[in-house]
Amino acid sequence: MRRLYLLGAAAVVLVVLPFVLSDFRTVQLATVGAYFIAIIGLDVLIGHSGQVSLGHGGLMAVGGYTTAILMAHHGVQDLCTIPLAALVAGAVGLLFGLPALRLSGLFLALATFGIAVVLPTLLKRFDHFTGGSSGVALFGLPQQSGQGAGYLGMTNDTWLYALTWTIGIALFALAWWLLSSRFGRALRAARDSEPAAAAVGINRSAYRVAAFGISAAYAGVAGALYAINVAYVSPDTYSVQLSLFLLVGAVVGAYGSIWGALGGALLIEFLPDLAGTLPHVSSKEAGPATFFFGAVLIVIVLLLHLVRKVSAR
Amino acid sequence: MANFAQQIVSGLAIGGIYGSLALALVLIYRATGVINFAQGELATLSAFVCAALVGHGWSFWPAFGITVILSFAGGMGLHVTLIRPLEQGPLLGIVIVTIGLLIAVNGLDTWIWGGQVHQFQGPFSTSPIHVGGVAFSKQDIGVIAVSVVALTLTGLLLSRTKLGLGLRAVAANPAEARLTGIPAGGMYALGWGLAAALGAVAGVMAAPSLLLGPNMMQTVLLYAFAAALVGAMVSPLGAVLGGLGLGVLLNLLGTYVHWIGGDLRLAVALALILALLVVRRHA
Repeated sequence: MRRLYLLGAAAVVLVVLPFVLSDFRTVQLATVGAYFIAIIGLDVLIGHSGQVSLGHGGLMAVGGYTTAILMAHHGVQDLCTIPLAALVAGAVGLLFGLPALRLSGLFLALATFGIAVVLPTLLKRFDHFTGGSSGVALFGLPQQSGQGAGYLGMTNDTWLYALTWTIGIALFALAWWLLSSRFGRALRAARDSEPAAAAVGINRSAYRVAAFGISAAYAGVAGALYAINVAYVSPDTYSVQLSLFLLVGAVVGAYGSIWGALGGALLIEFLPDLAGTLPHVSSKEAGPATFFFGAVLIVIVLLLHLVRKVSAR
Repeated sequence: MANFAQQIVSGLAIGGIYGSLALALVLIYRATGVINFAQGELATLSAFVCAALVGHGWSFWPAFGITVILSFAGGMGLHVTLIRPLEQGPLLGIVIVTIGLLIAVNGLDTWIWGGQVHQFQGPFSTSPIHVGGVAFSKQDIGVIAVSVVALTLTGLLLSRTKLGLGLRAVAANPAEARLTGIPAGGMYALGWGLAAALGAVAGVMAAPSLLLGPNMMQTVLLYAFAAALVGAMVSPLGAVLGGLGLGVLLNLLGTYVHWIGGDLRLAVALALILALLVVRRHA
């Protein structure tokens, strides 16, 4: 019951926020929504199936480029590209989930890290398709649903915020339902004990691959919304750093708790601003913010370990 | 033919850098069973330190020596402060800490030295030296020589000294090594120190040709992963030969296969990594 109140309060805050905040903050919060979706997907993978990915920025790129190419080259309305982005990224995730079955956590981390590093170079190389280093610009296209009249008299920024968070809440609810259903229990059983899961007839491989597919589809939607929000995609939009920051976000959410995803998403967007409040540090500088991301990640892992050690005593 | 010989030599030069970083990865993997994702960034930091010393008027070789020693101490320090507290916990915790370190060191470099790339004047001139009518770069030959010295010293340390025996014993069987009185914790820290020192050699040697910047070693790390996997992450010799072979192979592919060119070398390395991972099952 308490949870329902909390959920209600969160919904009220979400609706009220764009009316009290500046347009700039509203756009920032729309971006938080995209991170939120990607981190939920990462939580499904890391927290519940026990597989790690350092390459979710790459899957966001698959979603983002699907949206951008469909909008710019095929005249598809941005809203219609979102499910397609989920499908394409999900399919890529399923395909990657198969070889991932053969890798332990350590080497899966290595393989996904490699993909995150290499993907931008591929996006630059096959430029007839992706626009190369200059990317694909979406600004001012008639396929943008927020441009011009907009819906319900909203400004473009408010519309992007509403769109991102409506989808974010829906996907949050879907993940919550999925993880508390039979599927979620089977996934965790397959993670915790292979023989026990096999004994009750759970096909461990199928669940692990499915988790990869679902997680990738979430990243695809996040990438699509990110592209729609910024109205632009380029290889640098989805850098290695994004993949690593998503991992920071998932770890901050104490991997497994999809509630923590919100905290992680807020951290990714606002840590640079937060670092900027320190003396002699500008929020425009990349260095300090990046340094603090790393430091936060290290401190959290050490603290979590300490807490676990103390509570085990 | 002359071009072919040049490409082989410059491939060996960059391959020696891959091999040094790969050996660093192998040392840590064998000692503590983790992949240190921060190995490349630590090497970049070492290169920045060396450049700063040179910028303060030091001549190159003393600055290089001090950098290697500082990196060794720093590597041991990192193990004691960040890695050892997590040794009893799940492996994923340590891996995530090394990723945190990767991000933090990259940020620190950018914070102190800025995001742009800097020229770094190495100890070797870039003028050519003529051997049998073919012009080789003196820098390439010098880098190969330094790599050979660093790798040989590490090899001798591992195979011929009591310290190396201790390192190998702890890697092979920690429990029994402890019973024979080898301080396992100290050996692990030593492994991290050695790895950081090797990384420093790789970083400083890479800086003149790759240009010194916060992301300098990002791609080199991926090549080093591929090289280390040639030796299944555990064989020092495999890592070194893998590095040299990869350097030459990628240089030749980049030169003679136009479809690959300079852009797809990284993708070739990734394909090699994925193939080695999937074909060989790693426990």
